[in-house]
Amino acid sequence: MNIHTSATPSPAPVLRVEGLSKQFEMHHLKRTLFAFENIGFELNEGEFILLKGENGAGKSTLLRTLYRSYLPRAGHAYYHTREGVIDLAAAADVDIALLRRREIGFVTQFLNARPRVAADEIVAEPLRLAGTPRAKALSEARRWLAAFGVKPQLWPAYPSTFSGGEQQKVNLARALILPQRLLLLDEPTASLDRSARRALVGRLAELKASGVAMIGVFHHPEDVAGLIDREIQLETIRIADGAEEDVAE
Amino acid sequence: MADAFFDGRTPAIRHRPPRLMTAAPILTMGGISRTYGDVQALRSVDVIVYPGEVLGIVGESGSGKSTLLRMMNLEDTPDAGTYHLALPGRVDDNLFTLDRFQRRMLRAHHIGIVYQNPHLGLLMKHSSSGNVAERLLIAGERNFAALRQRAREALDASEFPLTRMDARPSELSGGMQQRVQLAKAIALEPALLLLDEPTTGLDVSVQALVLDTLKTLQRDRNITMVLVSHDLGVIRTMADRVMVMRSGEVVEQGLADQIFQDPQHAYTQQLVHAKL
Repeated sequence: MNIHTSATPSPAPVLRVEGLSKQFEMHHLKRTLFAFENIGFELNEGEFILLKGENGAGKSTLLRTLYRSYLPRAGHAYYHTREGVIDLAAAADVDIALLRRREIGFVTQFLNARPRVAADEIVAEPLRLAGTPRAKALSEARRWLAAFGVKPQLWPAYPSTFSGGEQQKVNLARALILPQRLLLLDEPTASLDRSARRALVGRLAELKASGVAMIGVFHHPEDVAGLIDREIQLETIRIADGAEEDVAE
Repeated sequence: MADAFFDGRTPAIRHRPPRLMTAAPILTMGGISRTYGDVQALRSVDVIVYPGEVLGIVGESGSGKSTLLRMMNLEDTPDAGTYHLALPGRVDDNLFTLDRFQRRMLRAHHIGIVYQNPHLGLLMKHSSSGNVAERLLIAGERNFAALRQRAREALDASEFPLTRMDARPSELSGGMQQRVQLAKAIALEPALLLLDEPTTGLDVSVQALVLDTLKTLQRDRNITMVLVSHDLGVIRTMADRVMVMRSGEVVEQGLADQIFQDPQHAYTQQLVHAKL
């Protein structure tokens, strides 16, 4: 039997997080630091979620846990890959590494690049790893460096000599040059000048329109006000007397 | 024996679900143990390496990391354990059963190595190109013009200045010697490149250049690498995954950023926090 429907298809899920918890075991202090408990949400294609909460509520920690720079203590993060569903909380490291190359991007304000590699080469690297020929990758990299306001005379220079703001622009160009399916945004606009912020928001809008799902923390949420679909409030874990609970013992 | 590092806080290694997308491992070692006299250098070590990745092995002196690398290069045989390399046309169950000649041929064709000490990897009185050609000769290349051309290509890929290809390694700086070792190691496009403290002893700027060459080779040729270093900065720059060793055992392994940002084991935390 054929079923015909004219209803608009609901957006495809990209990520479903269930009961995700994170704590840090600090062996030398014999202490446990609680970051967040029992987080759950869904994120669909083309959707933009803003994470809100006080300092220390675990916003950045949640993003790093989804990226698996941090190991979760409990829970699941079911990610819909192009090939099937994988639980980011439990997947093998090698699968996570593959997903990072192909589908999941982490955008932060900090540049962690190899020394003695030119800015345009750093930005072009994700494209080159994806198989783009060098000349084409470099040309695209320079286009993005220009869009973020990095002056052409800096393109062949080593970013380790740049100011913090310029390094951040290089980092953003690198992080956003290759379209991903899921972007984790950790305060990417912090300390950017106005034109670079405009370029970043423009690129994020472009990616969102193409179906990229995004979840992020923004120091100035008004920067991305036009992109936000939903907000998630993270609460600092507290004990009965109201003091912040960050130590288990 | 009580162990100060095990205080009950380290989570047990979790069950990993089946692979979704990845290729089969290129290197599989299981239960590798080795004792030298009274010293247990390796205690039932398991290693898996996937094609195209860089596995970093860290640990303090005496942790067994270089011994493990020597096992991978078939320079030594463990008391127990198996070693399998997924190579086209080969179906060895356990490479440790090969005799000396078979091991030499396997090394010549499929495994490259760069030692910390260039004297271990190079003939100091031969020319640099001659050192690379020697590797090609062992593998069966006999045509002089082809030897010269292939040596030139390997040196060029290792970013060695070709104007100096006839200089002896003894006339070169430490960084240049490492490039000759690298050229020799990659001349036959090995399935596996082993790096034993390849930048230790080099000054910082030369170190950065050698690491950049390695990273470029890995990106452009998709060479699988195992990198042993006590320098956490080198491991962090180079490795996709990291294995932490202590007293002949693997105490923790994970993605490089996870090991450095969220180390689980007490020893790894101590190691990472000690990084300058």
